[in-house]
Amino acid sequence: MNESIFAFNSFAEFIAMGKHGFYVWVCFGITIAVLAINVALPWLARRRYLNQEARRLRWEAMQ
Amino acid sequence: MKWTWFHRLGSPKWFYELSGRWLPWFAVATVLLIATGLVWGLAIAPPDYQQGNSFRIIYIHVPASFLAQSIYISLAIAGVVSLVWKMKIADVALQQSAPIGAWMAFISLLTGAIWGKPTWGAYWVWDARLTAMLILLFLYFGVIALGQAISNRESAAKACAVLSIVGVVNIPIIKYSVDWWNTLHQPATFSVIEKPAMPAEMWIPLLIMVVGFYCFFTTVLLMRMRLEILRREAKTSWVKAEVARLVGKKHE
Repeated sequence: MNESIFAFNSFAEFIAMGKHGFYVWVCFGITIAVLAINVALPWLARRRYLNQEARRLRWEAMQ
Repeated sequence: MKWTWFHRLGSPKWFYELSGRWLPWFAVATVLLIATGLVWGLAIAPPDYQQGNSFRIIYIHVPASFLAQSIYISLAIAGVVSLVWKMKIADVALQQSAPIGAWMAFISLLTGAIWGKPTWGAYWVWDARLTAMLILLFLYFGVIALGQAISNRESAAKACAVLSIVGVVNIPIIKYSVDWWNTLHQPATFSVIEKPAMPAEMWIPLLIMVVGFYCFFTTVLLMRMRLEILRREAKTSWVKAEVARLVGKKHE
C-alpha cells in the first residue's frame, strides 16, 4: 500500500481506474461538458441580447 | 408572520437586485465544491471492494439524480405559486429551471447506463427506477415544449404550472421504486436521516458533490432568470436604465 493520501500509486493507474477507465472517464467527461454547456448558453445569450440592445439604442439615438 | 418578503419576491426588480448580489457567491461556491469533490472522489476515495473503481461514477450519478428530482419538485412549487398568486417571478423560475432539470435527468440516465455496463452487464434494463427516471426526462421535455408552443405568456404559464403539478406524482414513484418492485438498482446509499451505508472517506466527497451540484443549479438558474427578467420587463423604466448601464459598461 502507498503512504500518500491518493488511492492510486501512479498516474497511469489513476487513468486506468482498474479496468474501468473507459466507463469512469466517459461519465465524468460528458458530465463536465454538460455543466459547461449549461453555464455557456445563458452567458452567450446574455451577451447576444446586450449587443442587440446596444445596436437598437445606437440606432434610436441616430433617429 | 410578516409576508412582505413574499410580496417583494414577486417584484422582478427586487429579485434582480438581490440575485445580482448572490450570484458571485454561488458561482465561487460551485467551483470550489465541485473541484474539491472531483479530486476527492476520483483520486482520493478508496475503491469499492465489490465494484472497484467504477463506483466513482456515484460522485456524479447521485448528485445529478438528486438535483433532477429536486428541480422537478421546485417546478411544482413554482407552479402552485404561479397559479394561486399569479406571481410573475414564479413562472420565470419554472420556465428557466426546466431545461437545467432536463440536463440533470439526462446526466443521471447516461451515467447510470454507463455504470450499469460493468456492474450489471447491460447498459439499459426496463427496471422500475430507470423507467420512472426516463419518464421524468420526458416530463421535463413536456414542460419545455409546452412553454415554447404557447405564445400567450399567461396561458403558457398556466399550462406549464398544471403539467408540473400533475407530473410531480412521478417523484415518489422514483423514490420508492426500489422498495416497491424487485429491481436491479441498488437502494439509496444516502439518506438524510440514517447513517450512511458507506465509510466516511467515501460519503464526504459525495456530500460535497451534492452540495456543489445544488450551488451549480442555483448559479445557472439565477443567470437564466436574470436574463429572462431583462427580456420580459424590457418596457419598464428600471430595465431600460439597467440595460443602458450594462451596454455602456461593455463599450467603455
